[in-house]
Amino acid sequence: MWQELRTELHPRGLEVVTVALDVDPEAARPFVEAAHAEHPSLLDHAHLVDERFGVVNVPNGVWIDEDGTIVRPAEPAFPGKNPVLDQINSIDITTLPPDAAEMLTEARKIKTDPEGYRAMLVDWVEHGAASEYALSPDEVVRRAQPRRDAEARAAAHFELGEHLHRMGDHPAAIPHWREAHRLFPANWTYKRQAWEFEDPMRQGHTDAYNGSWFEDVKKIGAENYYPPIVP
Amino acid sequence: MILMEGPVDPAAFEAGTGWAITPRGACRAELCVLLPPEATIDGAVDVDTVAARLGMPVVHDAAYDLVAVGPETTVTGRALSTAEAPELELPAFDGRPFNLASLRGQKVILLAWASW
Repeated sequence: MWQELRTELHPRGLEVVTVALDVDPEAARPFVEAAHAEHPSLLDHAHLVDERFGVVNVPNGVWIDEDGTIVRPAEPAFPGKNPVLDQINSIDITTLPPDAAEMLTEARKIKTDPEGYRAMLVDWVEHGAASEYALSPDEVVRRAQPRRDAEARAAAHFELGEHLHRMGDHPAAIPHWREAHRLFPANWTYKRQAWEFEDPMRQGHTDAYNGSWFEDVKKIGAENYYPPIVP
Repeated sequence: MILMEGPVDPAAFEAGTGWAITPRGACRAELCVLLPPEATIDGAVDVDTVAARLGMPVVHDAAYDLVAVGPETTVTGRALSTAEAPELELPAFDGRPFNLASLRGQKVILLAWASW
């Protein structure tokens, strides 16, 4: 998804690094192979970027300048287009069963600004620290996700669950992932990753977890699923 | 970081958390945090004591005798304690390790995505 913009902006000094938050690397591999990316494509099976950079949903982008200073913390990031939403909008809802139609109707309220985000990124690549979108260190920290005891504890539970899952005991992972969801409900990567194992693609309600994608989105309103980008 | 229950080798603790256990306390870069005597037992790290001192939660899985140490709850109350990009080394899909710091001198956009 980012290769096209990378081709345009790499000669002007920007490198793209994609990080797949997939406990199962084989789930992500076909996308990586299809992308034919020239930029680094990394695998983060333990969702380390959540605890290190404050990522809470995907796609999320972090801007880092030439000196290794973050100038924009994790926020929704789209390269001039949002193919998922485009696809959702292209479906004729009248042909769907009622539950699927209800879910898609809600999903269409998701707000993103791919063109605006792309323009901000191009502006930063062009003007560097002088770009109005490059934030001060204090503002970067202030805008980063909260990290109190609950969020830190959620990260530990998610990691423990991921470890047990990879050891081959998936049922042992579930209580830890449930606890991560309870402690840090605003982290969608912990939830979506866990729901996906129980109900692939749909992430519907199962006995394993209290929530589901649709239930949790409805609670906050799909229009709040991605926070608005504050320039 | 994931550890077995019980005292931990200081090198393993440092590799997982970035904090070195020294006679001056738990140290990272220029910062050292004083530790109580019970922080080490015969040279091994008592994880609960040190993690509590550093503001890192410890969660347990009794069935497997495993513990996970979570990230520090920083003074800022945010996921970032400073704007300096945290250390990040992850494998590329070809299996080779890649360190984010190797891109110093270029602008970087780090993009988290997932198949799910």
